[in-house]
Amino acid sequence: MKNNRRAFIKLAGIAAAGLALAPKAMASSGASPVKKNPAGITAKRWAMVIDSTKLHTKEDIAKLAEVCHSIHNVPHIEGNQNVKWIWGAPYAQAFPEQENPHLAEEVHEREYILLCNHCENPPCVRVCPTQATYKRPDGIVAMDYHRCIGCRYCMAGCPYGSRSFNWGEPREGLDLSKLNPEFPTRMRGVVEKCNFCVERLAVGKLPACVEASEGAIVFGDLSDPDSDVRKVLRERFTIRRKPAVGTEPGVYYII
Amino acid sequence: MKMHYGFPIIVGLGLFIGLLCLPFVIGKGITKEYKQPELKLPANEKECIESKEFMRREHMQLLNDWRDWALRDGKRIYTNHAGKEFTISLQNTCMKCHNNKADFCDKCHTDAGVSPYCWDCHIQPEGLK
Repeated sequence: MKNNRRAFIKLAGIAAAGLALAPKAMASSGASPVKKNPAGITAKRWAMVIDSTKLHTKEDIAKLAEVCHSIHNVPHIEGNQNVKWIWGAPYAQAFPEQENPHLAEEVHEREYILLCNHCENPPCVRVCPTQATYKRPDGIVAMDYHRCIGCRYCMAGCPYGSRSFNWGEPREGLDLSKLNPEFPTRMRGVVEKCNFCVERLAVGKLPACVEASEGAIVFGDLSDPDSDVRKVLRERFTIRRKPAVGTEPGVYYII
Repeated sequence: MKMHYGFPIIVGLGLFIGLLCLPFVIGKGITKEYKQPELKLPANEKECIESKEFMRREHMQLLNDWRDWALRDGKRIYTNHAGKEFTISLQNTCMKCHNNKADFCDKCHTDAGVSPYCWDCHIQPEGLK
């Protein structure tokens, strides 16, 4: 073949096209060894509706917190270093932007159950320098504790106080004889929070608090117009926490 | 050319090199042959997730992949080369067969002088004290 400029440019063009196609051809050659559990339940956007007319006493919330904390091995620590996935607060703290001086007394005095809101625009995910916290395609804001370096940016970023830092060894705050052996604990120096029970959804179970709430908490797919949550949201008046910060929480409250 | 103080220099050098090599000579006599640690393998399960050689060499990489598949991708079923399916979980799959961390994990890890941080969070099958 005569080596001229035209032949060289042609060959270079073919080589460039090959380079562009190669990664795709190589990737499809090996079958992925992993798949989702077919028994698990999936959604495009998980969301929760809490009926505060049914669930509004400190005792009821403590009961649900106990269920959650025991299956996730959340340590019990008194004082301002406490670790919590579920907790309660009065109206003024839960919905500070939506308070008025003449609010119905009964609404004002209720205790509201609080947890991670699994926001549409989670500030914790944006600020995490190691991507230890991330948003899953189904809307759940999850954490990879292996990766958390304990910088606590996410705690500064979260407008809801949904995150707790393990200042000490969390195992010192746990009853080691009553651990859930199916779930890990955490280590000192990581942040933790509610995970919307991803490990339960993966095997087809609803979140533990939903199951224990006796109908006061509804859980489902927000993107499906026929889901339980959408039905409740259509019928009842609901509010979300701190709407002005624009995080679009996935947890709704019936007032 | 005549070497000044030739005799003491040669003798001194000989002594110096002899002393330098002494530990190797003595060491060979007193050190024992290296023995691989003896692991306690599961009693009622002969096959691991993958072949013995693969697990021995690559288990750390496999655990890393398992972590990312389960947490990041939400895919918690692993199919091995023989086509058998396993739930991706250290506590609920691996340690169900290898039900003694001290007799399995720790043996090699102690021997090799590595201290993986798995058990800072994960609960070993023996439970915590």
